[in-house]
Amino acid sequence: MHLARVIGRVVATQRVGGLEGVPLQWIQPLDEHGQPAGHARVACAVVSTGPGDLVHFVDGREGALACPRPFVPVDAAILGFVEAAEVRGTHLARSD
Amino acid sequence: MFLAEVIGTVVSPVQHPALDGERLLLLRVLQPDGSPAAETRIALDRAGAGVGERVLVVDEGNSGRQLVGRKDAPVKTVIVGVVDYVTLDGRLTYDALH
Repeated sequence: MHLARVIGRVVATQRVGGLEGVPLQWIQPLDEHGQPAGHARVACAVVSTGPGDLVHFVDGREGALACPRPFVPVDAAILGFVEAAEVRGTHLARSD
Repeated sequence: MFLAEVIGTVVSPVQHPALDGERLLLLRVLQPDGSPAAETRIALDRAGAGVGERVLVVDEGNSGRQLVGRKDAPVKTVIVGVVDYVTLDGRLTYDALH
């Protein structure tokens, strides 16, 4: 499970069955300094989040388990909105 | 499983129901000699860990689901132990008491 920032939305109306109505968002994983770490990726948003938000996400098979229907071809899902992440007393980053 | 240092806390008031009531901590992944790997993780704390401690972490979904007690929990990274000491090639590389 990782920290990330939502950087955009992806709209794809025509998609495989089971994923109807699940928002897709671009997320940029972050390191412990709040700086980008690795490639941005597309994740299903199972909680209400949007661009600028700090979030945590899960990758792999568990991404699909977070979706309303768990047998879907998904490999990343935003699990939560992060209000604050603190590293040794200093706020790492905040949602915009 | 791997070892990590707890470096911070994560407050997430809106999240998947399987994570309700769970404590989330920010981790820096460590190499066997104790030096940091260039990776961070967020984990559920099931071992009562605190910031600054070294912990044993499982990063596998089935284990995570067992710990949470829900077959459908989208959980992968869980702190399962607090490390007392570590040796590598017969040499002490970490001791929680010193």
